[in-house]
Amino acid sequence: MIRLTAITRTFHMGDQAVYALNNINLHIASGEYVSIMGPSGSGKSTLLNIIGLLDKPDSGSYELDDRLITDLSETEQAQIRREKIGFVFQSFHLVPRLTAAENIELPLILSGMPSAQRQNLVNDALQAFELKERAHHRPAELSGGQRQRVAIARATIMHPSVILADEPTGNLDHQIGAEVMSLLENLHHTGTTLIVVTHDRELGSRAHRQIGMRDGKILTDQADDAH
Amino acid sequence: MTLTDTLQTSFKTVVSYRVRSLLIILAMALGVAAVVVLMALGDGARNYVINQFSSIGTNLLVVLPGRAETSGSFLGAVLGQTPRDLTLKDAQLLGRLPQVRRYAPLNVGAAELSAANRLREVSVLGSTANLIPIRHMKLAQGSFLAHGTERSAQIVLGAKIANEFFPRSQSIGQRVRLGDYRFLVSGVLASQGESMGFNTDEIVIIPIDYAQALFNTTSLFRILIEAKSHSEIESAKQAILATMRQSHDGEDDTTVITQDAILATFDRVLQALTLAVAGIAAISLIVAGILVMNVMLVSVNQRTSEIGLLKAIGATSTDIRRLFFAEAVWLSLAGAILGFLLGQFGSLMLRLAYPQLPAWAPAWASIAGILVALVTGVLASLIPASQAARLDAVKALGKK
Repeated sequence: MIRLTAITRTFHMGDQAVYALNNINLHIASGEYVSIMGPSGSGKSTLLNIIGLLDKPDSGSYELDDRLITDLSETEQAQIRREKIGFVFQSFHLVPRLTAAENIELPLILSGMPSAQRQNLVNDALQAFELKERAHHRPAELSGGQRQRVAIARATIMHPSVILADEPTGNLDHQIGAEVMSLLENLHHTGTTLIVVTHDRELGSRAHRQIGMRDGKILTDQADDAH
Repeated sequence: MTLTDTLQTSFKTVVSYRVRSLLIILAMALGVAAVVVLMALGDGARNYVINQFSSIGTNLLVVLPGRAETSGSFLGAVLGQTPRDLTLKDAQLLGRLPQVRRYAPLNVGAAELSAANRLREVSVLGSTANLIPIRHMKLAQGSFLAHGTERSAQIVLGAKIANEFFPRSQSIGQRVRLGDYRFLVSGVLASQGESMGFNTDEIVIIPIDYAQALFNTTSLFRILIEAKSHSEIESAKQAILATMRQSHDGEDDTTVITQDAILATFDRVLQALTLAVAGIAAISLIVAGILVMNVMLVSVNQRTSEIGLLKAIGATSTDIRRLFFAEAVWLSLAGAILGFLLGQFGSLMLRLAYPQLPAWAPAWASIAGILVALVTGVLASLIPASQAARLDAVKALGKK
């Protein structure tokens, strides 16, 4: 469960303050599938970064699973990112010198899990995302779709409660993009909260709840009852 | 993140940036190797000089006339008087001191040596039979005054001189002429080469009486004294000074130099020199440290988006700082070990090229070189590591 109350985030461009987020109030229940849409500069990525604890609001409060996040220390926030949040980026963000398997393993290493246990989990993930044959290839040797599958495997290896995807299909062609989306939607079916940021209307309309943003404010918030 | 994982991950990173890592390791290694080799060279030179100096005698004291004083308290200097001479009688007095094992009076000069239709100028030492053991000289053949008395006209030839005058025949028993006197060759010195700038191969030794007659003098150049043991050197020195004062009517006009004191001075001077040279070499280590810092800063910059990612998937600032820190530790450690090996190899080459130079780096110098390399590398990584740890995750992720 995510609850944002009166969140404000300003950036300074020269001597001018620009509101990236202007008094945002938002509640997202566990297991929801939400898309956040809007033009560039509307604040949708900033909102995602704040939900993902990568960015700090200037004011307002943020509760994740009934815990007030805004007051936590940097180390505690890192721990929440590690355990509860999975990121999927447009540009995949794989470490180029590590193999697919090693990239997937990274969050487990950061959590301090023993090596033997890690291998089992990584093998399961490779299996689940059909990456078994590509396990020892570096990102440069993988196709776009495979890279994003590695990224999703990495984002889910710790079984987070929230998946945050920032234009997950932005660098992929239509067909591969659709495959990646169905992978993410499968995760949602297992109970994970899925939040997708996109400026693609078609992609956004797949979500059960669609939030439209402009100039740092939420303009529309529609729940699709059909789903 | 566990320590093992931090070390493993950073090790993989170091290995994957092969060229970059090799360059840093090489820079570090050259610094350490320079310290080790220069220490080996300096310490080798020190040992060489000390060995040379020790080889001229054991527990040696040298008595010479005059007083080495820099202030003008010695009246004789003002009045133009020369100090009282050392005489054979003085030498005999000193020989009776309880701390003295043996003594040898010494006169030095030059004279013409002729035999078998050859003629050359030679350095002449006049002394007694004790000179040979006191000065650690070795006779290749024969003896010196062993079967004669102080008054018998015997002569010992240096190895080179014996060879020049009697290349094909036995030197012992030959008659030679030195100045106006005739001598019987009783011994030949073993070839020792040059030591402390004094070549014993080109000297001749005759009894002290003949030397004094030859050079028309009653005074001695030096009195060489061997103390009974190392611990008695200082008391021997005091006893000698007291004896000489008494013999010279209460005048302090002799100087006693101990081999020990000269050795200690040499030791100090050469040690200081070695340390200075090693210090200069250590500067190259600091340069290597700055190189490490520079490369790490570039590396942080190149890997900004990776650092952003690590933060996004839950790495704490501490994790990231430790990762970069561990990289520097690996690089410095590899550099230090390689440098140590290079340094040992360099010292070995030095020893092969100059066999008389004991070019061994002292253990502490090798350890210090390695430690300095580690400390500089690690210190140099502090700034880049904390820069990486402080990166803003959102900006880092946005950077390509």
